Amino acid sequence: MTWDWGAVADFLPYFFEGLVVTLEALALGSLIAFALGLVWTLLMRTPTRWVRWPVGVFTEFVRDTPLLVQLFFLFYVLPEAGVTLSPLTTGVLGLGLHYSTYTMQVYRAGIEAVPAGQWEAATALSLPVRRTWTAVILPQAVRRVVPPLGNYVIAMLKDTPMLMTIGVLEMLGRARLVSQQNFQFTEPLTVIGVAFVVVSYLASLCLRTLERRLVR
Amino acid sequence: MTAGLWELVLQGIGTTLQLLVYSALLAALVSFVVGAARTHRSRFVRFLAACYTEVFRGISALVMIFWVFFVLPVAFGWQLVPMWAGTLALGLTYGAYGSEIVRGALTAVDPAQREGGIALGFSSWQRLRLILLPQAVPEMIPSFSNLLVELLKGTALVSITGMGDLAFSGNLVRLALQQSGQIYAYLLLIYFVIAFLLTRGMRVLERRLKAEVAR
Amino acid sequence: MSVETSKQPALTGTLPTELIRLEGVTKRFGDNTVLDGLDLSVDAGRHVTLIGPSGSGKTTILRLLMTLAKPDEGTITVDGQRLFPAPERQVREVRKKIGMVFQQFNLFPNMSVLRNLTEAPVRVLGLSKDEAEARARELLDLVGLADKCDAKPTRLSGGQQQRVAIARALAMRPQVLLLDEVTSALDPELVAGVLDLLRDIARSTDITMLCVTHEMGFARDISDQVLMFDAGRVIETGPPEKIFGDPEQERTREFISAVL
Repeated sequence: MTWDWGAVADFLPYFFEGLVVTLEALALGSLIAFALGLVWTLLMRTPTRWVRWPVGVFTEFVRDTPLLVQLFFLFYVLPEAGVTLSPLTTGVLGLGLHYSTYTMQVYRAGIEAVPAGQWEAATALSLPVRRTWTAVILPQAVRRVVPPLGNYVIAMLKDTPMLMTIGVLEMLGRARLVSQQNFQFTEPLTVIGVAFVVVSYLASLCLRTLERRLVR
Repeated sequence: MTAGLWELVLQGIGTTLQLLVYSALLAALVSFVVGAARTHRSRFVRFLAACYTEVFRGISALVMIFWVFFVLPVAFGWQLVPMWAGTLALGLTYGAYGSEIVRGALTAVDPAQREGGIALGFSSWQRLRLILLPQAVPEMIPSFSNLLVELLKGTALVSITGMGDLAFSGNLVRLALQQSGQIYAYLLLIYFVIAFLLTRGMRVLERRLKAEVAR
Repeated sequence: MSVETSKQPALTGTLPTELIRLEGVTKRFGDNTVLDGLDLSVDAGRHVTLIGPSGSGKTTILRLLMTLAKPDEGTITVDGQRLFPAPERQVREVRKKIGMVFQQFNLFPNMSVLRNLTEAPVRVLGLSKDEAEARARELLDLVGLADKCDAKPTRLSGGQQQRVAIARALAMRPQVLLLDEVTSALDPELVAGVLDLLRDIARSTDITMLCVTHEMGFARDISDQVLMFDAGRVIETGPPEKIFGDPEQERTREFISAVL
């Protein structure tokens, strides 16, 4: 096997451009996933089955089908409906929607993990509903919610290369472009492979530290 | 859509299922070997296994697929048939996730069971095979069920390399009909049905195994 | 400190042979010294009971002998073979000579009662399946559970589980049987059955027994020798009549009057 450090050096500027796009997509996708997941969670707590059932089916559908095909769907069908978005925006929407179906599970588990006694105590103190949520339930739920949310952000990071397929030039898209121009696949692809391992390992280390603090 | 195009989709389903079965088998093998190695008494073995998990879990599945399809042939001269390349990339990646499941379930077995095994003179391999795994496996099924759905979703990634799986057939149909992406709605539905069948099947398996142990 | 076992000949009447020897054994958990330079010698066929307040290191001795824990210092020898320090293979050889019954039974829930008894003789001692089964049925008969062969252990009461665990340990034909507070986890009404069984075994076999217990009546019945532990050391040793009737140490007297 031959390894060409020159090719690595040539690739690096593009790599950083790609990294910025990757992180951008990740940050925006996470925000959407966090917010939309909360919407699903609240809808799943409404008393009417006519809301819960469709939301439940829709979110399970999104969770159990490939993000890649969802991206294709959004990319080719949205313009039909008169919505024209840039590839990056489409990709971010897809990522956010897909992962919102995971974050909703995290929120639900977090809320359910607060012991029933806490609700009862709040009722016994006749706290208003709003105070019960903001002062009693949410502060306890947040501690259980942050670590798994972090894990999903890391998982999302590893799914960002899929945006390449709809024309977003994130890390993998950059690597492919450069590879095809120079007919050198080994170096760019290996560089981003290493980058993914390093970034996700560092992220999981940070997360573990954070987790330990929260548990304390 | 013409009958010919549906046939294309059907072939795609076949390829996807084939890839799913092969890579699930490889992933299961990797999960158990690496997962058990992570509970090994030698610190060195544990370290190696942990490295495997971190690296293969850290690499994005899609990057891994690119690497196996485009770097292995050039750098090492290993030109694999697409089906095997896909199996290798997916099996190694999802096996790393699976090894976490196996490790977690093994460490969750009551330590008293290990001590009971030592007191009867079992070797560490016998303890793993006869005592720990039979008790841990039923506990792994729900997590493996989720992982299997993730793997099914992962199989769609091979379409990027031009392998004719279900997701790829969608691209062909879209191009053939000069249409927008409505075909993808059908594909999503097909994936959902497969995932649904898989999770229900795993639930039955879990109930059987638990009944076996508790009987 | 050094503890001499009593000088009487063993029950068989032949010369006593030393089976277990601990020399200078120290075990610490963090800052806590559980055993402090312990010397101990047990002759073959003896029934030795270890008593003393909890945390005094009694259970640790059994766990060291079963290689469930490693000493920080010292040597352990069983039947002339080093157990610590020793290569893994030798450790496995020595383990075959030692059986242990645990406080929490530690039966394997994934196996039937019968398989709990046959698995180790077949896989570790290399007995044929038929041989192992015949012996297992004999032992289950002895412990009064012949009808439970095919049941899963979780379906049995605590007392029944512990009797299965005793049978399982005996199925390996050990030279030494370690009994670690075997009745502590049982409901009071189930204790007597298990103790009666152990009395029978002590009377009818020449197995060397090391027993940690809080059942003083039982200790008095079965043992030839009682060791009183306190803070990681043996502070007094002697035949049960002596220890329970007229102990020398004030600490022993206090302990015995507290538990009786």
